[in-house]
Amino acid sequence: MEIPYTVRPRPDTGLANPKLGIWLFIASEVMLFGGLFAGYIFMRLGAEPWMWPHGWLNVPVGTFNTFILIASSVTVILSWEALKMRNFKAFKGWLAATWICGLAFLAVKLGKEWPDKFSHFGAYIKKESAEKYDQYLGNEGEGGRLERQQPPRLFISGHPKNWDDVKNPAVDKIVLTGIDEENHTPKSAENDRAHFIPRAMVHLHEGHELVLNKKDLLPGYGAFLPKLNTYLACYFMITGLHGLHVLGGVLVFLYFWGPGSKLYKTNPEQLCNRIEVAGLFWHLVDLVWIFVFPIFYLL
Amino acid sequence: MAHAAAAHTEHGQDDHAHDHHEPGFWRKWVFSTDHKMIGIQYTVTGLAFLFLGFGLMMLMRWSIAHGAQALPGSLGTLMHAIFGPAVFDEVKEGANVVGYSLSTQGYNVFGAMHGTIMVFFGIVPIAFAGFGNFVMPLQIGAIDMAFPRLNMASFWSFFISCVVMIWSFFVEGSAAKSGWTNYPPLAGVADQSHSVIFNGGTLWLIGMVFNITSSLLGAVNFITTFIQLRAPGMTWGRLPFFCWAQFITAYLLLLAFPPLESAAIMNLFDRVFGSSFFMPTGLVVNAMGADGQPLQYSGGGSPVLWQHLFWFLAHPEVYVLILPGIGMVTEIVACNSRKPIWGYKAMVGAIFTLAFLSFIVWAHHMYMTGMGPKVSAFFQTTTILISVPSVILLTAILLSLWGGSLRFNTPMLFASAFLPMFGIGGLTGIPLAFNAVDLYMHDTYYVIAHFHYVVAPGTIFAIFAGVYHWYPKASGRMMNEFLGKLHFWGSLIAINCLFMPMFLQGMAGVHRRWWDGGASAYVATVEPVLHWNLFMSQAAWALGAVQLIFVVNFCWSMVRGRKVPNDNPWDATTLEWDTPSPPPHGNFIKPITVYRGPYEYSVPGADKDFSPQSEPPAGTPAVAAVPAHA
Amino acid sequence: MTLAALSDYFDLNKLMGMLPNHSEHGKEIDHMLNFCHWFMLILFVGWTTYFLFTVIRFRKSRQPKADYHGVRSHLSTHLEVGVVIIEAVILLGFGLPLWGKRVNEIPDGEKDAALKIRAIGYQFGWYFHYAGADGKFGRQHVRFITGSNVLGIDPTDEDGADDIIAAGTMHLINHKATVTRVSSKDVIHGFALHQMRIQQDAIPGTEAPQWFRPVSTGEWQIICAQLCGAGHSGMAAKYIVEEQKDFDEWYKGQLEFTQGYLTKQKVDVLKAAEEQKAEAAKQAAEHGSGHGEKKEH
Ligand code: HEA
Ligand code: HEA
Ligand code: CUA
Ligand SMILES: [Cu+2]
Repeated sequence: MEIPYTVRPRPDTGLANPKLGIWLFIASEVMLFGGLFAGYIFMRLGAEPWMWPHGWLNVPVGTFNTFILIASSVTVILSWEALKMRNFKAFKGWLAATWICGLAFLAVKLGKEWPDKFSHFGAYIKKESAEKYDQYLGNEGEGGRLERQQPPRLFISGHPKNWDDVKNPAVDKIVLTGIDEENHTPKSAENDRAHFIPRAMVHLHEGHELVLNKKDLLPGYGAFLPKLNTYLACYFMITGLHGLHVLGGVLVFLYFWGPGSKLYKTNPEQLCNRIEVAGLFWHLVDLVWIFVFPIFYLL
Repeated sequence: MAHAAAAHTEHGQDDHAHDHHEPGFWRKWVFSTDHKMIGIQYTVTGLAFLFLGFGLMMLMRWSIAHGAQALPGSLGTLMHAIFGPAVFDEVKEGANVVGYSLSTQGYNVFGAMHGTIMVFFGIVPIAFAGFGNFVMPLQIGAIDMAFPRLNMASFWSFFISCVVMIWSFFVEGSAAKSGWTNYPPLAGVADQSHSVIFNGGTLWLIGMVFNITSSLLGAVNFITTFIQLRAPGMTWGRLPFFCWAQFITAYLLLLAFPPLESAAIMNLFDRVFGSSFFMPTGLVVNAMGADGQPLQYSGGGSPVLWQHLFWFLAHPEVYVLILPGIGMVTEIVACNSRKPIWGYKAMVGAIFTLAFLSFIVWAHHMYMTGMGPKVSAFFQTTTILISVPSVILLTAILLSLWGGSLRFNTPMLFASAFLPMFGIGGLTGIPLAFNAVDLYMHDTYYVIAHFHYVVAPGTIFAIFAGVYHWYPKASGRMMNEFLGKLHFWGSLIAINCLFMPMFLQGMAGVHRRWWDGGASAYVATVEPVLHWNLFMSQAAWALGAVQLIFVVNFCWSMVRGRKVPNDNPWDATTLEWDTPSPPPHGNFIKPITVYRGPYEYSVPGADKDFSPQSEPPAGTPAVAAVPAHA
Repeated sequence: MTLAALSDYFDLNKLMGMLPNHSEHGKEIDHMLNFCHWFMLILFVGWTTYFLFTVIRFRKSRQPKADYHGVRSHLSTHLEVGVVIIEAVILLGFGLPLWGKRVNEIPDGEKDAALKIRAIGYQFGWYFHYAGADGKFGRQHVRFITGSNVLGIDPTDEDGADDIIAAGTMHLINHKATVTRVSSKDVIHGFALHQMRIQQDAIPGTEAPQWFRPVSTGEWQIICAQLCGAGHSGMAAKYIVEEQKDFDEWYKGQLEFTQGYLTKQKVDVLKAAEEQKAEAAKQAAEHGSGHGEKKEH
């Protein structure tokens, strides 16, 4: 018993089953990520202007990853084409390039971008306590943000001396030694940049200590984690789920590159279809990233 | 459950000898890739969940009628032993424990799980996955689903979700307790004092993620099968309406479920990583003493976002609940009125319209969240528009009866009762569609009555009709007609006694989700209609008792039922009747070609009153002789 | 329209036990609902009659051979068009305008300044924050929350000086337009005043206004209409519609009572308000007590 049209298209619909299936699956994935992006839009529109951060992500690294993914989308097409021409060697080579790109993408994400966030400390100062920390926020007085009709800055970031105490309810103070440059000279022109301008990751200023009283902070303070604000929550959720998709794609390609490629001997056309279908999925993964990149890194 | 049912049909299957690669026990009964077996697995699991969902509701109805009075006899002790002190309170007389009753939080747990189980673990698995899997490939003349292994994967994903949901009853604090709608922030704070992951709310979300995944995989499979595997000659215009209904249902699931999945992921983030997607700034819980502390959330989130994502799914979901039902009713009405369906094309057009419109009406569930007049006008208009295709569907079925020769066997009884029952449910949806009227009606029992009329005497009746109709095909035996009729009349009367008074209660201001039916805090308002509570609860238990007839009939017929007289006991036209009962692996024992439309009953000049789709027109030589089977 | 006339003649809502209406706009809602119910009833009776007729007339024993063609008339199309037209009438004629009026045309002129109340839900009860004569709510912050200042009204804010917070019972003035802004401290509650034909979800982080005008005095229940936890079924509160003078008396009592958490400033405001009221009373005595009832026909 054979299911018809698994390899060749059905004449009247012009489709083979797997191709139709993957398109339907992609449609549902679009709705899935659509839902997540709708969440992002809701969060962003609803956020207070002082809460939504800008320029927190490392644009060069992100750009690098974008290129890697785009490249892998090209290599997967090349491997499919090689297979169509029945050039097994080239097929294997291009496919290897594809999953290596995928792995590289994940490595950058998990080895660099995420850990960067984990090692950073941030906290929102409660509005009513903002005055106490104005030296680091630069809202009041001459040249302050309020004078210039800008939303107040309430965010302080840096490196605590006592990381272990951040979570410890018995200790009510956090001592920052390395302060984010934005808080270091809050009123400088350089730190008064307009929104939507990407810039490199901040470097931290060693120097005098800043003591934060936990009572003055909004809950959620700590490392740059989903707790800190809804921007990071969106960021980790969407890039996390996207990362899972990349991982899934890599596993599929690894399979077709390794044991799955044996099918070449018996039914090369079917293998070709499978690569095409997996490639379609891979393009979706790529496409999602094309949305993620500007939305999180640039806007 | 699955095993027991499977074990019974095994005998029926023995007649059909197969070639050597007959799968072993596990591959055949448990990890089967055969669409028929998967369909049966879904149906039986779903029926078990219907039973469970109904069981929970019978306990809740006790609470509504009798408040904190102890459950009768040892039932309370048993329930307390199973569900534990989070759900059942001790009832004391002096210092002695004299029994157990549902606690207020326990009522919320059961209510949330009743809704969840009925919708996602009862109706969808039976009406869509079960019947769809079993019947649809047969009706289009396919040998199986397009992706049999994917099919198995979706069943097992569903199975995992079932296990997680059941498990959630037994963790600290018991299962989800914030309604089937699971609105945050309540859903977030209800389990605060329990473990981060092993609590009812989180397990509910995890279960839903598996359930959704299962539906998505199923939907991909259904649509592909429907488009690709139609037998030769099965053109779009010759497809049985049930298949169209399944196709549209699959499409709704495919596009509506993912947003709920994303909402579930966000909600899991909130619960596990402490993010604030649905948490606004500065919530103060335990405000009772006024010195409550703000919750430890950074804030900035929006509870309304959840509602949007939830209802974006849940409105299309209600058509997922009803469309397969309408499809089954259409098949059964056509077959038992012995004449073609009136307005087949209009019906197909109507469900396409329905499918489109159902994506733009969701906010009629959110009229009370503070909507501007423009947004509100949009949703009121779309909601009213969507009632038009429903009217067309029902009108077409009703007109089909005219001039028929109606044969009232059990499936037909259930199918025809569906029509006025769905009528009541659908018509009472109309006032709810108006924002201004909903100011009064929202969240009252009027809404409960509205949707129970469409899902219980609506969809559930359609499912019963479907079970009675296709049971002979699946098992090779007929169900008992007498018991079936008893089941029908008992159910019809009890279910109306149960749901009709809800309209009156709703009009009189009784709201949903009251564990005591309003008998304590709200007597001042709803006193005049409180007496209905007991009556309705008794009707619910009577309804439960009547279902036992069905359970007995279902099981008894499996072993003792009359063997089917032939492959086509109902003299039906569609392809599933053109194969042995039960159909063998691969479905058809002869090549199938389709020559005509699905409902060619009583064709003038034909020698019998039905012309099967696969029967060549008179004068054409048959493609292959039909071998007499068994 | 005959249907409209018919529906006025016989009140289906009342037959179904709808709670009496005591608000100005409620009449329109009830009228619309009644019309709707008549429409549904007629459709249902019509369809059911047809249905019962067919199942009896065309049962197998009476009609052994089915007619392949069945219905040939186009009556059903006319019927469907009819349904659409009536639905459109209800929608355009009643549905849309009624809602628009609820949220758009909030009366807040000098003459008819509305009574402004914030209703804040919590597990499991309600607080009512009255804006007072100035029509402005005092600033709030969690920081100021204390046992007596449960909503955290900033004691230094002048707008808050004539504010009061009542717990559990909401007082309203007969014939006075009232704007409720509903919100919540913790989870979502529902704020349902059925005799006023008003309902609004109390969603933390948002505040949605609705307005209505009571037209008779009385005392009813506020129903919490959204599941809010274990105590949901018991979260009943009260609202009382009373005449202006009873209301004023109550308000004064509340102001005195709540002085405890207010600044000296507030006490002064209280005195000023007293004087103002005396003034107003004098004026009222001159013009005759010109409140609502008599104007109604
Ligand atoms: C299968 C499920 C189903 C179906 C089909 C419908 C159909 C409709 N529903 Fe319903 N609805 C629910 C399930 C369903 N609903 C559920 C579960 C809820 C509550 C969720 C919750 O809050 O928990 C709900 C709630 C709900 C609300 C929100 C109420 C509130 O919370 O305040 C609204 C408001 O507009 C609404 C409207 C409608 C409308 C206009 C239709 C229309 O599509 C109806 C159109 C149908 C007709 C007009 C009938 C035509 C009939 C005939 C022509 C036949 C007559 C025949 C004879 C009499 C013989 N529904
Ligand atoms: C598909 C959906 C569905 C179905 C079928 C039902 C069926 C029933 N429901 Fe339910 N209900 C909901 C969906 C459904 N419900 C939802 C979504 C809610 C809202 C929850 C919330 O507030 O969040 C709700 C809420 C709800 C309430 C309101 C609770 C409250 O707000 O406090 C009540 C009250 O009486 C109720 C009663 C019933 C009853 C008596 C039935 C009966 O009609 C049941 C009839 C069932 C049968 C007749 C099936 C029996 C089947 C078998 C016995 C199978 C046999 C088994 C084998 C052969 C193995 N339901
Ligand atoms: Cu508050 Cu329900
Ligand atoms: Cu809906």
